Amino acid sequence: MAVTAQPRLDAERIRADFPIFEHPVHGKPLAYLDSAASSQKPRQVLDAMTTFYETSYANIHRGVYELAERSTEAYEGARETVRGFVNAPAAREVVFTRNVTAAMNVVAYGWGLDNLGPGDLVLATELEHHSNFVPWQYIAGRTGAEFAVMPVDAEGELQLDELDALLARGRPKVLACAAVNNSLGTILPVPQLVDWAHAHGAIAVVDAAQAAPHTVLDVQALGADFVGLTAHKLCGPTGIGALWGRAELLESMSPFELGGHMIRKVTVEKTTWNEIPHKFEAGTAAIAEAVGFAAAIRYVTEAGLPAIERHEHELAEYALARLGEIPGVRLFGPPVDRRVGIVSFSLEGVHPHDVAQIVDAEGVAVRAGHHCNQPLMAKLGVGATTRASFYLYTLPEEIDRLVAGLHRARNLFS
Amino acid sequence: MSELDSLYREVILDHYKNPRGHGVIEGADAEAEGQNPLCGDEVSIAVAFDGDRIADVKFQGRGCAISQASTSMLMDMVKGRTAEEVAAMSRDELLDEVGIPLTPVRLKCALLGLGVLKLALHKGRGTPLPEEWAGLDDLELR
Repeated sequence: MAVTAQPRLDAERIRADFPIFEHPVHGKPLAYLDSAASSQKPRQVLDAMTTFYETSYANIHRGVYELAERSTEAYEGARETVRGFVNAPAAREVVFTRNVTAAMNVVAYGWGLDNLGPGDLVLATELEHHSNFVPWQYIAGRTGAEFAVMPVDAEGELQLDELDALLARGRPKVLACAAVNNSLGTILPVPQLVDWAHAHGAIAVVDAAQAAPHTVLDVQALGADFVGLTAHKLCGPTGIGALWGRAELLESMSPFELGGHMIRKVTVEKTTWNEIPHKFEAGTAAIAEAVGFAAAIRYVTEAGLPAIERHEHELAEYALARLGEIPGVRLFGPPVDRRVGIVSFSLEGVHPHDVAQIVDAEGVAVRAGHHCNQPLMAKLGVGATTRASFYLYTLPEEIDRLVAGLHRARNLFS
Repeated sequence: MSELDSLYREVILDHYKNPRGHGVIEGADAEAEGQNPLCGDEVSIAVAFDGDRIADVKFQGRGCAISQASTSMLMDMVKGRTAEEVAAMSRDELLDEVGIPLTPVRLKCALLGLGVLKLALHKGRGTPLPEEWAGLDDLELR
């Protein structure tokens, strides 16, 4: 879809929904440019969780009293909301997890330990967040499978034509890829990668943590086998995310965490597992968080993902232009038409930590570090970058304040 | 003086831009490197002894002004001391020298060099390992 054909959102009006912006930082209004790390929360989400605790809270799935029924309904209703949000065929294919890291551990342990061995190849892109990288590297090591990365070039561009050469390393069994990279904002060609994986007999495991908040996510259109997303990046609470997986794969898998709720029958001799998705939801769930997750999905859906996408695109375009005017700034990542609202950069002679500290004094919150992308940072030849990331409540004048802060940093270190 | 000016006071910026004891020591008696997992900053330190005492100590690394300046100051502070003295050195001694207000996150930056130096002395001279390094599986003990 052409970006200009998308509807526009009113960021000023949206901003009024977020109580955090009523509180100054260092005596200055907050310019929160770290939404890729975690988004702020609208009152609608906070209220939904509070109301749930105040009126409907009990433990779920076992009680037969009114509150337990209501609580179970809210939790399973949230699952249905997530299903609709990612266009999954069935709610039983949606597993609540703590976050994407937890989701990927469910797959790496639950599928990987039983299905990987010597001669097999596990592939991850060099653009992976550690969440969809480290579990695969570790489980490949545990099972004797080969672990290899699909490389990026010095600009951070994925080298798709190197894919076939990796076939010499083993039989592809897993391809782990992000839908959107978290430090550069790069949108990856997921359908193309999934097709390649399937053509070579591998499952495709997609990290949609950075994609879900900013763009319409359709797991059927992606064609992947597993997709992970997290609530806290899309206006929801921490401690809750979801793993979507194909039912037949989830059914065939071993559980990862063991204990309460995930069982069908326990005897001293043997334990059998609950049906999916419950097999993967051991222990008391993050119930109110699931309610908050659903409220967040309603919130961003009402704002409109195409409008959010357009808003972020305009902010990214503006930020790239403004930052590019500052002497000594090096911008990382792809052209604006292949990125979400994330801009990573360095400032010559000033370490990202110092940049972040200096702009913080102006009330501007940016992230400095490796963004859980250490292999990518190594390829880019830096230890860390400064990252500004935007969301539906971000205003262009917040980028202006970042630019002013960068000029201050240059002066201080000159 | 603003919070920022006191953090980036002149002496910090001077050590950052003109680090003391920056470089390598050929045939060093003790060496170690370490990272700050929060930001990926790296420091490596090499020590040469003259008898019991540190005759020369040099560092290399990349990182923020706080981590690099505090390591630079540390190089000046430990020359002529014994391995045991440095292993027992309190972090406050270094922090007093650095002399700026630090949040818990930036504290890790300021103490990176001291941790790596103590690791080098542990590897080279068997002095006690700093608590915060215990149990890390990438330590190459010898």
